[in-house]
Amino acid sequence: MSIPLTHILFVSTALFFIGTYGLFTRRNLITMLMSIELILNSVNINFVAFNKYLYPDKLNGVFFSLFIITVAAAEAAVAIAIIINLYRNHRSIDVEDVKEMKN
Amino acid sequence: MIDFLLLMKQELIITVIIFTLLLLKIGTEMSNTAILNLANGLLLFNLAAGFMGNQAGMLFDGMFFTNPLIVLQKNILSLGTLIVSLQSSSWLKKHEHVPEFYILLLSNLLGMFFMISTGNLLMFYVGLELSSIPLAAMANFDLGKRKSSEAAMKFIVSSAFASGLLLFGISLVYGATGTLTFSELASHITGGPLPVFAFVLLLAGFAFKISVVPFHLWTADVYEGAPVAVTSWLSVISKGSVLFVFVSVLYTVFKPMAGTWYNMLFVLSMLTILIGNLFAIRQNNIKRFLAFSSIAQIGFILVGITGSSQLATASVVYFVLIYVFSNLAAFGVVALVSSVTGREQVSDYKGFYKTNPVLSWVLTIALFSLAGVPPTAGFFGKFFLLMSGAGKGNYVLITVAALNMIISFYYYLRIVKAIFMDANEHPIEHLAIPAYPKLAMFICVAGIIITGLTGYIYDYIHSLSFGL
Repeated sequence: MSIPLTHILFVSTALFFIGTYGLFTRRNLITMLMSIELILNSVNINFVAFNKYLYPDKLNGVFFSLFIITVAAAEAAVAIAIIINLYRNHRSIDVEDVKEMKN
Repeated sequence: MIDFLLLMKQELIITVIIFTLLLLKIGTEMSNTAILNLANGLLLFNLAAGFMGNQAGMLFDGMFFTNPLIVLQKNILSLGTLIVSLQSSSWLKKHEHVPEFYILLLSNLLGMFFMISTGNLLMFYVGLELSSIPLAAMANFDLGKRKSSEAAMKFIVSSAFASGLLLFGISLVYGATGTLTFSELASHITGGPLPVFAFVLLLAGFAFKISVVPFHLWTADVYEGAPVAVTSWLSVISKGSVLFVFVSVLYTVFKPMAGTWYNMLFVLSMLTILIGNLFAIRQNNIKRFLAFSSIAQIGFILVGITGSSQLATASVVYFVLIYVFSNLAAFGVVALVSSVTGREQVSDYKGFYKTNPVLSWVLTIALFSLAGVPPTAGFFGKFFLLMSGAGKGNYVLITVAALNMIISFYYYLRIVKAIFMDANEHPIEHLAIPAYPKLAMFICVAGIIITGLTGYIYDYIHSLSFGL
C-alpha cells in the first residue's frame, strides 16, 4: 500500500502557507529566515514527489531540488551576514526596531 | 569546443574578469585609482567584444541558446554596467573594498546573462538567484550606515520570498507538464486550473523583481537606503534584465494562455502606472522620487508587453535602451551631488542652475526624456510602447496610460522648475565633475538625443524581434 500523491501535495502546500504566514507575522529576522526555508523546502517536496509519482523515468525534479538546496544555503549565508551587520548598526534584529526610513 | 567558446563568449569574458579581479585582490596591493582604471578598461573591452563575432545557436541540449536579439540585450546591459561603473568612481575611490564591489557587480551581470540566454527553467532559476543574491550584499556596501543595512535586509527578505513564490510556481508547472525545457513546455501547457495557478505564482515572482504595484513595497526603502551606484544599477540593469526574460517567457512558454495573462497584465499595468505616479508626486527625497517614477515607467513597459506582437518586443527592448540612458543620466547627477555634499532632498536642488549650469542641463534632459518630451528619445520610446498596446484595441488601457503621462509631466517638471526658477539662500555649491562621471554623462546625453533621432536603431531592433 503506497501513499497517494495528493497526501504529499497536501503536506507540501500546507508547509508553503505555514512559511508564508510565518514570514508575515514573525518580527525576528532569524525566524523570518527560517520561514523562507520552510517555503523552499515545500518546493523541494513538490519536486521530488512529482518526479517519483508522475515522471519516474527522468530525474529533472530531483536535480532541481538539489539546486534549490545549494542556492538556499548561499542565500542563507548572505542573509545572515546582512543580519550580523544590521545587528552591529542597530543593536537589534527585530524588524520593528529597524525603522530608519519613514516617509 | 569552438562552438562553446563562440556562443558563450560574453559569459566567459565576464568570468575571466571576475577571476582577474579576485586574484588582484588577493595577490597585490593596488591603489583604488589603479583598480578603477583597470576595471573600467576591462568593462569597455567587454562591451566592445560583445559587438564582434556573434553567432546564433544552442548548447547543452537547449539549456543555453543565443541569437542576435539576445546578444543585443546583453550588450545593452554591458553598456549600462560600464556607465554605472564610471559614475560610481568618485564614491568608490574613498571605499576600502573596491575589488569586492566589482566582483559582486560582475557576478550579478553574469547571472543576468545566463538568465537571458536560458532555454530551461532550472538555468533560469540559477541565473535569477545569481543576479539577486550579490545585489543584496551590494545594497549593504556602505557598511557603517544604518540605512544601508536596513535596505539590504529588506531586499534579501523580499527577494528570497519572491524566489520562493516563483519556485512554487515552477514546481507546479513541472507537475503539470513533466518537463522544464521552454520549447517542450510551450506544447504541453494548457489553460487548465493548475497551469493558471502556477502562472499566477510565477507572475508574482516576476512582479516582485520588477516592482509591479501590489509587490512594490520594498522598492522605495531599498532605493533610498542603498548607495546611489547600487540604486541606479537596481533600477535600470536589474529590472531591464528581468523584463527581457519576462517577455520571452510570456511569449514562448505561456503562449497557449495568452488570453489569460493579457487580462492580468491589463489590470497590473493600470494599477502600476496610477499608484507609481500618485506616490511620486508626494516624495521629497530625490532617490525615493526616482524609485516611484521608475515604478510608473515599469507600468508603461507592461502596456507595451500586452501588445504581444513583433512591435511589442521591439518597443520593450528599445525602451529599456532609452531608459538606461535617461535614468542613469539622472542618477549620475544625483550620485555626484550626494557623494560630495550628502544632500538628497528635492528642495536642495532649488537654484541648482545658478551654481551648476552643466549638471542642471544634464538632469533636465534626463527628466525630459523620462517624462517623454518630444525631441528626446523618451518620447519615441513611450510612443512605440503605447502603439504596441493599442494594437490589441483596448482603448481603456491606452487612455489611462496617456492621461498618466500628463500627471507624470507635473512631477518631473516640478524638479525642473526647482532647478531653474526657484530661489534658494543656500544652493548646492559649485561642483567639479571628475573625468569618469563626465564621460558617463556625455554618453548618456548623447544616447538620449541620438537614439531618438536616428530611426536606424529602432529599425535594427525591430528586425531582430519576434512576436507571439
